[in-house]
Amino acid sequence: MNIRGRVWKFGDDINTDYMAPGFVKNQPWELVKKAILHIHPGFTSGFKPGDVIVAGENFGCGSSREAAPANLKRLEVGCVVAESFGRIFLRNSIAIAFPVLICKGVTAEFEEGEELELDFAQSLVRNKTRGTEIRGTPLAPELVRIVTAGGMMQLLKQQAAGPGGA
Amino acid sequence: MGRMHGMTMAEKILARASGRARVRPGEFLTAAVDLVMANDAQFPQSCKALEDIGLKRVFDPEKIVVVIDHWVPANTPMVAEMHRGIRATVKELGIRHFYDAGVGIEHKVIPEKGHALPGQLIVGSDSHSTTYGALGAASTGIGLTELAYVMYTGKLWFQVPPSIKFNLTGRLGHGVAPKDLMLALLGKFTTQAGQYKSVEFAGPAAESMSMEGRLTLANISSEMGAKFALFAADATTVEYLRARTNVPVRAFGPDEDADYEAVHTIDCSKIEPQVAIPHKPDNVKNVSELSEIRVDQAFIGSCTNAHAEDLQRAALIMKGRKVAPGTRFLVIPASHEVMVEAMKNGSLATLVEAGAMVGTPGCGPCAGGSTGVLGPGETGIASTNRNFKGRGGSAESFLYLASPETVAASAIEGRIADPRKYLPKGPQ
Repeated sequence: MNIRGRVWKFGDDINTDYMAPGFVKNQPWELVKKAILHIHPGFTSGFKPGDVIVAGENFGCGSSREAAPANLKRLEVGCVVAESFGRIFLRNSIAIAFPVLICKGVTAEFEEGEELELDFAQSLVRNKTRGTEIRGTPLAPELVRIVTAGGMMQLLKQQAAGPGGA
Repeated sequence: MGRMHGMTMAEKILARASGRARVRPGEFLTAAVDLVMANDAQFPQSCKALEDIGLKRVFDPEKIVVVIDHWVPANTPMVAEMHRGIRATVKELGIRHFYDAGVGIEHKVIPEKGHALPGQLIVGSDSHSTTYGALGAASTGIGLTELAYVMYTGKLWFQVPPSIKFNLTGRLGHGVAPKDLMLALLGKFTTQAGQYKSVEFAGPAAESMSMEGRLTLANISSEMGAKFALFAADATTVEYLRARTNVPVRAFGPDEDADYEAVHTIDCSKIEPQVAIPHKPDNVKNVSELSEIRVDQAFIGSCTNAHAEDLQRAALIMKGRKVAPGTRFLVIPASHEVMVEAMKNGSLATLVEAGAMVGTPGCGPCAGGSTGVLGPGETGIASTNRNFKGRGGSAESFLYLASPETVAASAIEGRIADPRKYLPKGPQ
């Protein structure tokens, strides 16, 4: 699975309230869309489907709201590569098969607007603009299995349908 | 082979729950959970996710607790309809442990009703599910898809976290609360200090801390990124649970020779009242540095700091005083039980006489979803856990976090104030 897109950069401690704000809860998608990551005005106005996010430490800290990665997925963010993640955001992303990668040093490797390519299976992050490459922390095989199955509900569907299931 | 070291609380619990003799940090495992907490923020969507793949049962209705607390009482027809759906679904699934709107906030109700017990592995559909660590349970937050999965299978993947220990010594000063200790830890160690880690609180100040203080510390450990936040279960735990469960409760703690990634010793007597300034919980300052900040609203509430003790300490400060003109003072007890206790001991009367608005036990404006939110340009001070931009209402508002005592003092002055000058002299 290779993902390629234009980079939007975020700093440390970007919390899930910023990806799924309480003040647009239950509002129509057109309104929600404009509020996603509202702390970066350039992103809200300039994001194009397929663009990707490079972030600092603790991306997705805070609330357990799964709407955070789900909103990014629905917006068609290609992937998030961060120095580290808030643990529930990381779990939620895996659970809904949204590609994320922990990659130490990634923020120094990219400027906003550069082209990123993620080879998810190899945990390799390439800067296509500069022609450089950096390796992230591979996800455990158990977690790769969840993502490749299409998420935990798909996995559960297979398990429930299989021998001894349901 | 070297000598086998003992295990931390997280390791002991994860080993037991995964059927292994011992586990090490970094190891992946599948563990059977002892309790699942689900709330109105995620339970309906999780049930729908299961129905979408044709599944309509749960692994063990006795091990699932459902609480309606995020929007109470219902504030829109859509929420009312959603709550109606929850009431029907818990019946269909045979879930007996259901607490409807008004019983209280999940993280208060679960301990109060004796559901969380020492040594258990618990998951909850809320990031502050770390709270039950106050009772010696390894407890953590999950999202709605994992909630659906675990409600059906009773199992979930875990990675064994490294453990760090805060050795709490000394004694918190007069007018200094457990919340101040936690904000001081956040200020010193940042929001990433507990990332992917299990945090244990130990030492004389942890041992002498009340259960409500422990609940506050374990709760806001979530802001440190902690996966678990644990206190050893001791006499205080046994006493707290005595009238709340029929299950025999025993002391539970780490092995003496357990391995910690780091041990930090904190002298509690050195801590001053702390305030986290917008927009991060680790932007922490001493209250004395902020006396020029005017507040539109002061709020005592949330799963972090709306315990009976919190209301009592706030009442001690408000006694015979009034809320400043131009400032709104909002009090939402964490639960019905807390509200009744605060009515009986007079603290609620004192707060109302001072000018407090009192709300239904529940999450209130903490997640910006219910009444009491801040408007554009407004400033609030709250006993809650997060001051992210937009958390308390408008994205153009400013939220400061503090102890219930500091919030009460700030309500009196209409600006951020040190609670110590309003307290009767001498140690409590």
